[in-house]
Amino acid sequence: MNTVFPNRILPYLLLAPSVILVLVFFIYPAAQSVELSLYRVNRVRDVQVYVGLENFQRLFESDNYINSLTVSAKFTVAVVAAALTISLALAVGASLPIRGFGIYRTLLIWTYALSPAIAGVIWALLTDPAIGLLTDVFNAVGINFNWRQGKDDALIFLIMAATWKILGYDILFFLAGLKNIPHEVLEAAALDGANSWTRFWRMVLPLLRPTILFLLIMNTLYASFETFGLIDITTQGGPGRATSLLIYELYQDGFKSSSRIGLASAQSLVLLGIVATLTFIQYRFISRRTFYQ
Amino acid sequence: MSAVSASTSETVVTYEGRWRRRLYPIVMHAVMLTAVFLVTFPLIYALILSTQDSGIGSLRPGTAIVENFRGAWARAEMALLIRNTLVVALAVAFGKIMLSIMGAYALIYFRVRGGMILLAVVMLTHLLPLPVRIVPTYDLLTELGWVDTFKGLTIPFFASATGLLLFQQFFRTVPTDLADAARVDGAGPFRFLISILIPVSRTNIGALFLIEFVYMWNQYLWPLIVANSVRTRQVQIGIKQLVATDAVIEWGILTAGAITVIVPPLIVLLVLQRSLMSGLSSSTEDF
Repeated sequence: MNTVFPNRILPYLLLAPSVILVLVFFIYPAAQSVELSLYRVNRVRDVQVYVGLENFQRLFESDNYINSLTVSAKFTVAVVAAALTISLALAVGASLPIRGFGIYRTLLIWTYALSPAIAGVIWALLTDPAIGLLTDVFNAVGINFNWRQGKDDALIFLIMAATWKILGYDILFFLAGLKNIPHEVLEAAALDGANSWTRFWRMVLPLLRPTILFLLIMNTLYASFETFGLIDITTQGGPGRATSLLIYELYQDGFKSSSRIGLASAQSLVLLGIVATLTFIQYRFISRRTFYQ
Repeated sequence: MSAVSASTSETVVTYEGRWRRRLYPIVMHAVMLTAVFLVTFPLIYALILSTQDSGIGSLRPGTAIVENFRGAWARAEMALLIRNTLVVALAVAFGKIMLSIMGAYALIYFRVRGGMILLAVVMLTHLLPLPVRIVPTYDLLTELGWVDTFKGLTIPFFASATGLLLFQQFFRTVPTDLADAARVDGAGPFRFLISILIPVSRTNIGALFLIEFVYMWNQYLWPLIVANSVRTRQVQIGIKQLVATDAVIEWGILTAGAITVIVPPLIVLLVLQRSLMSGLSSSTEDF
């Protein structure tokens, strides 16, 4: 260890701002989430009745919440699977030791700078029932696609926009992971005709395992939480409740109604359960490293 | 590794050799160009629409680009919103960089009793993303009188486990001699931090700046709840307003607004891309 400076108080002063901010803005509110989830309570707090686990019971007996869980699960699995597959293929392609390929490494990561909300706007435009270019393409091959009215279409629409937006991030991490793999391995995997597929599975994929696991977790968190803006700016949970993901339900109950603060807090704890599981997997199987955003 | 190269050279017969030297790079370039085109096409389409009178929707560029950008900037008060968002993104990026350097410096270059516990406290931020504590955090902001203020949009984001770990990891790789030499020369802890440690950390600082700037620029949920007036409103919510103002969406104006909002983080990405790549590659080595 390179402990050099003998000061005794200075290090605590240096750490204090971080620790205080975490206590005030993370731990204290999270503890309150736990407390509020045990009460029936409204926004102005003139009603506050202890109800034990009633909020959780209401939640899991509610058809709407069960629907939201199902929709979120479908959405998350689809986004994570599509994003990882596409970005891995593109990153491996862009990493091939061919002259001039450096440019693709720049041209493929730019969606990282995009927000989910803007991705929503752009895909709403592409698939607009009246003027969307992709709508025309779908019509030409006999698919009737209308995400403003069709429930499945709406979810598929969100999956496409969310997947597109996260490609840049995933490709960035795959490129970083691939940088550590010797060129000959990549080249051999890409070149040799019939064997290349086997070689890719047997040699490249195992070396990328840590990156894949890391992105699996990050993309799950992204699909669960960061896609709020995408939903809010396009489908707003509809049609019906077809795209009301967990994070959107939470926002509705916590900020769009005045009497469901307890119920919203219970939902926060369900989300905490999901995050805790993912964090545990990450610490258990990867390492302490995390690039959260 | 030797097995790999052996079997590769085995397969390089005449046909394979030509395929490898001539055709293969051309085919792969074609494949990659198609991929880049497909990934970028939605943005190109948005760019084309921002030049058209609303409701056309063809692929031919129109002549309304100036009107559309003017319209978007006027309706969403874009100049003010860009200023607001810049304030928030820069404040959080610099705040996080500063706090994480300070914390990592304390943990690596001093003896800190209970350092592991303090580190664990900061690491808890990973377990508690905003949705897990959103209602009470908003209540806290109300109590503090920070709703609709820049304080409320920035200070709750200052603590960073990501940054702390990043710098802690990096400081471990900085040769001990540097600090020893600085001490022998009579440099105090602050001189060492400012004139040696921070300059050698610039790649990691660049990487963290990029990540945090983009993250804050793209914030949506928190500004939607907290920034209720135009005084503090953020760009993403400005776009929501362009969508919501009319029954019929004016695509030309909306896409002009969206493109405006994409530009700043894209510039930051282009400038700092290298820092991020090398920061990521070195930090993923210990996976």
